[in-house]
Amino acid sequence: MSAPLLSVDGVTRRFGPETCGVLAVDNMSFDVRQGEFVSIIGPSGCGKSTLFSMLGGLLPPTSGRIAVEGDVITGPHPAVGMVFQEESCLPWRSVIDNVAFPLELEGIGKSERHDRAQHFVELVGLHGFEKRHPAELSGGMRQRVCIARTLAAKPRLLLMDEPFAALDEQTRLLLGDKVLQIQQELHQTTLLITHSITEAVQLSDRILVMTYRPGRLKRIVEVHLPRPRNADVVTSPEFGATVAEIWSDLREEASRGMAASEVS
Amino acid sequence: MSRLLPPAFGVLCIVALLCLLQLAIQAGIVDVYIVPLPTDMLASLPRLVEEEHVIRRFGVTFGETLSAGLLALVVGVALGMALQHWPRMRRAFEPWFALLAAAPLVMAYPLFLVLFGRSSLTIIVIAFASALAPVVLKTIEGFATIRPVLIDVGHSLRMTRAQEFRLILLPAALPEIFVGLRLALIFALINVVGVEFLINLGGLGQLISELSERYDLPGTWASIGLVVIVSILFFLLLDGGERWLRKRH
Ligand SMILES: Nc1ncnc2c1ncn2[C@@H]1O[C@H](COP(=O)(O)OP(=O)(O)OP(=O)(O)O)[C@@H](O)[C@H]1O
Ligand SMILES: [Mg+2]
Repeated sequence: MSAPLLSVDGVTRRFGPETCGVLAVDNMSFDVRQGEFVSIIGPSGCGKSTLFSMLGGLLPPTSGRIAVEGDVITGPHPAVGMVFQEESCLPWRSVIDNVAFPLELEGIGKSERHDRAQHFVELVGLHGFEKRHPAELSGGMRQRVCIARTLAAKPRLLLMDEPFAALDEQTRLLLGDKVLQIQQELHQTTLLITHSITEAVQLSDRILVMTYRPGRLKRIVEVHLPRPRNADVVTSPEFGATVAEIWSDLREEASRGMAASEVS
Repeated sequence: MSRLLPPAFGVLCIVALLCLLQLAIQAGIVDVYIVPLPTDMLASLPRLVEEEHVIRRFGVTFGETLSAGLLALVVGVALGMALQHWPRMRRAFEPWFALLAAAPLVMAYPLFLVLFGRSSLTIIVIAFASALAPVVLKTIEGFATIRPVLIDVGHSLRMTRAQEFRLILLPAALPEIFVGLRLALIFALINVVGVEFLINLGGLGQLISELSERYDLPGTWASIGLVVIVSILFFLLLDGGERWLRKRH
């Protein structure tokens, strides 16, 4: 077997001093292989975004190593593309210029980068909105612009941090479907951070369940649902069984999280 | 066409107000020795052009304001960026700029007269000093309020420092900087005209002072109207500038 695309080894991140600081991520280790779709799921505040920043090379781990394609990273790696939890369109650029942004940085000429960006605009279902500015779009559309922009850079590893967290349930299911379609079309290696169990089961090959404070790896769940999948997978009995399994794990952590935040 | 409709309506309203004023004066509701007839103001323009060199004066006032504004732009943006870059400096000096923005600097004109003589330079320096603070403050605010996630986007795309500045920081801060510039030009124009009036030198301000001393009311009011036109010109200039910069990013 080839070396994993992403390899995380004993990664820990602490905020503040050793004794009284917050231990956000504690000693996490896992791999993501070429072509895999892996989800990380955990309650709010368990350190998912902290882990995401470290994987993207934006935040150095306190200890441990992260390697992408075998290179230990010390900053953002060119093979990695990131979609942030917060919507991150550049408001002064039109949709097409947002999506073409990474191509512009590569020095690709205007007509060619627009041609290439157009493909990704259509992939996320924003055909007809190319000339609009982010302020004229809904939250879900803006997040799709961000996804298209990240895909346009052709990352070999796509990292997404709860890209649909701010959206309502229906929109989220539809966008989950879109992600499924994109992933099956591009065979995109993806690490998705989410707090939605159904989303994780619908999309993933593997699900990493995190504990609440400190953020540790609690369990790894393999999803054996057949591919290609679509939204209908939600109705299968195996889907229900997997969801129930993860829910029992998470319920414990979520209630610990709730209790902790009620005290503080 | 529909884009021009709102400004056209605005102009129409002003014209309608002037017509109302005309009627009010003719009906004796408003005293003609306090506000002259708008038609008389208009009629005084050819006289102002011929005898008072109003076109040259318009140019002087416009030029002084523009110089002060450009100086405030260059110095203010540089200072604002420096203060934003060094947080300690910012904490030390930001309150002083807030104070400067509120200070009636024009009252200190005798000091500037002594320092720079009775010349256009004095006028430009005073106008610059009062226009500086809003540019500095708004530049700081513009850069300080950039959403951190946009900076993360830049880092994740492995931009160089220069690219980050040109493609993320500057365009994100630009709307605030333009707010500062708009304020700066208003402050500059008020001070240019005010100091021209006070030291009896230069452009439209001096003309207003002279005409009012001669009790040439229509001329005085027409000159004030011309000051308003200078300010409109600056607004159009800034609007065009901002739109042009937007297009480039
Ligand atoms: N820059 C920071 N300084 C100090 N503490 C931080 C910082 N960033 C995160 N934390 C702390 O680390 C913990 C994990 O935060 P993180 O944002 O990673 O959670 P999350 O799992 O992404 O939550 P959510 O699902 O709500 O997005 C929190 O307790 C938070 O207070
Ligand atoms: Mg988060």
